[in-house]
Amino acid sequence: MEKILQVKNLHVSFRTYGGEVKAVRGVTFDLHKGETIAIVGESGCGKSVTAKSIMGLIPNPPGKITDGKILFKGKDLAKLPDRELRKIRGADISMIFQDPMTALNPTLTIGEQIMEGIIQHHKIARSDARKKALEILELVGIPSPKSRLKQYPHQFSGGMRQRIVIALALICEPEVMIADEPTTALDVTIQAQILDLFRDIQKKTGVSIILITHDLGVVAQVADRVAVMYGGKIIETGTKREIFYEPQHPYTKGLLNSVPRIDIEDAELVPIAGTPPDLFAPPAGCPFVARCEYAMEVCDRIYPTQTLKGNEHQVYCWLQDVRAKTSFATKW
Amino acid sequence: MATYLIKRFFAMIVTLWLIITLTFFLMHALPGSPFNDERNTSEAVQKNLIAHFNLDQPVSVQYIEYLKSIVQFDFGPSIKKSSQTVNDLLGRGFPVSFELGMVTLVVAILSGILLGVLAALKHNGVIDYLAMTIAVLGISVPNFVLATLLIQQVAVNWELLPVATWKSWRHMVLPTLALATGPMAIIARLTRSSMLEVLTQDYILTAKAKGLTPFKIVFKHALKNALLPVVTVLGALAAGILTGTFVIEKIFAIPGMGKYFVDSINNRDYPVIMGTTIFYSALLIFLLFLVDVAYGILDPRIKLHKKEGR
Repeated sequence: MEKILQVKNLHVSFRTYGGEVKAVRGVTFDLHKGETIAIVGESGCGKSVTAKSIMGLIPNPPGKITDGKILFKGKDLAKLPDRELRKIRGADISMIFQDPMTALNPTLTIGEQIMEGIIQHHKIARSDARKKALEILELVGIPSPKSRLKQYPHQFSGGMRQRIVIALALICEPEVMIADEPTTALDVTIQAQILDLFRDIQKKTGVSIILITHDLGVVAQVADRVAVMYGGKIIETGTKREIFYEPQHPYTKGLLNSVPRIDIEDAELVPIAGTPPDLFAPPAGCPFVARCEYAMEVCDRIYPTQTLKGNEHQVYCWLQDVRAKTSFATKW
Repeated sequence: MATYLIKRFFAMIVTLWLIITLTFFLMHALPGSPFNDERNTSEAVQKNLIAHFNLDQPVSVQYIEYLKSIVQFDFGPSIKKSSQTVNDLLGRGFPVSFELGMVTLVVAILSGILLGVLAALKHNGVIDYLAMTIAVLGISVPNFVLATLLIQQVAVNWELLPVATWKSWRHMVLPTLALATGPMAIIARLTRSSMLEVLTQDYILTAKAKGLTPFKIVFKHALKNALLPVVTVLGALAAGILTGTFVIEKIFAIPGMGKYFVDSINNRDYPVIMGTTIFYSALLIFLLFLVDVAYGILDPRIKLHKKEGR
C-alpha cells in the first residue's frame, strides 16, 4: 500500500519555566492511503502534540520539533518554513478539533468559515466556493444547507457544529485528515453518528485519517490500525484485530482492562495503578516501568527494542523480547 | 427591530426629560442671578429685565413654560448675549465642536486599535512595551496638561503649528492630539488584553489549520471578536471626549459650544445653560444608542430584539 505520510523519529519539546518538557520522544509511524490509523493513549502521552506537529501548529516558542522527519509528498514538513507549510495546511492535510463549541468563530457565518479555506487555497470565485460548500454540507449531513450557510455557529447544536467542523476540513479535498479527539465533547448517540460519518466520508473520498483518541470504543468502530502511545513514545502498533485480541504490551492490556464492560456479568473495572512518567525527566528505560506489574531490572535502565509479532504488529517491551528467559503469560 | 427602536426611542425621551428637569431645578437653586454683576444697574431696570425674561414667576410655572417651548425646539433667547437666541448659538458652535469631537473619536479609535493589535501580536516584545508605555502616559496625563505642553513645545518653541483658533487642518492637529490621547490609550490597553485572550481561542487554531495568512487570522478572525469589549467602553469614551471639548476649546480658543456652556454657567444665563445641556445630553444618548446597535452588528449572538419562532 502506498505510504502517504511518514513520521520518522519525531521529537517535540516545550521550553517552560520549569525546564524542558519532552512531550514526544521518537515517534515513528506510516499512514497508508485510504486507511484510518488511531493513536491511542491517556492524557499527556503526546498524542495531540504529535498531531499538531504534523500540521505545524505547535506554538513556537515554547514548542519545537527538536528532531525527526515528517515526510509528505517528498517534503519534510518538520523543516518547511511556515509560508510553505501554509499551502499544505487545510489544502492537503486538514485537522478536526476536539470541541465543536469553541472551534468555530462565533462572529462569522458558517458559510464564510467553510468557504474561506477553498478561496484561500484554490483561488476560486465566491459563487463557485458557495456551490462547493453546499456540496460539502450535504456530504456531512446538514439538512437544508442553503439556508444554513447564512447562519452563525450559535444557531447549531453540538453535533451539527462538529459536522460543520468536519466540512471545514473537507472543503479542499485533503489527502490526510487529522481528527484530534473528534467525539470526546459529544454525547454518545451523536458520537456514533459522527463516527458513521467518518466511515462514510472515507468511502466516498478515500481520505486517510489519523484519529487521536483515548476512547477504545471509538477505535474499535473506525480504525484500521492502532498505535498505542505512552510517555511520548509509541509502545505498540498493530492492526485493530491484533491490538484488541492479542495485545502484547502490559500497558495495552491495562488499557483494555480499564474499559467498562456491560456484556459480562460482574465484570470488574481494573484501573492501571500509578501515574504517567514525569516528562521533565523521562525515564531512560521503558516509561511504563513504574506502573508495570511485570517490570524487570532491565526495564528500568534500557528502552526495549522492537519485537515483531506479526507483519504489522510491533511491540516495545522486554517481556516480548526473544532474549527474555521465559515467555510470560501476562494477565489478559 | 422596529419595536426595539420605538421602545428605545421612548426610553431616550424619558431620559432626556429627567435630565432637563434635574438641570432646571438645580440651576434655579444656584445662588445669584443673571443680573447681579459688576455693572451697576438700577433696581428699576433689574426689575424690568426680570419681568421681561419671566423670572419673577414661580419656578414651577417657569418650568412648565420652558417645557412648552422646547417641545417646539425653541430654546429661548440668551439673557447675556442680547439679540441672540440659544438656537443661534448652538447652530454656530455645534459644527465646530462636532468636527473636533468626531476627528478626535476617529483618531482615538483607529490609533488605539492599531496600537493594541500591534502590542498583542508582539506580546512582551519591544513594540508591546513601547505601546503600553504610551498608553499608561496617555491615561495618566490629563488633556489640559498635555494641551499646554503641546502648545509650549510644538507651537511656541518649534513654531510648527498655530497656537490656537480653528481655521485650517493645521489648527486641528494640536487640539485633536491633546483630546485623543487619553481615549486612545484606554482603547489600546483594552484591545491588547482582549486580543491576547482571543488569540488563544480554539477558533484561531482552526483558522490557522485552514492555512489562512496571519493577516487574515488577525484581522478577520481575531479582531472582530476582540473589539466587543472595546465597543462597550466607546459610549463612555465619547462622553469623555465631549466633556473634554469644553476644556480644550477654552485652551485653544476654539469657537465651539463648550465656550458657551462654560460661560453660561458663570453668567447664570439660564436659557443657554439649559440649551447646551440638553444638546449635549441628546448627543450622548444618541451615541450610546449607536454603540448598542454596533454591538449587535459585531456579535450575531446579541439580538436587539426577540426573533419570532426561536
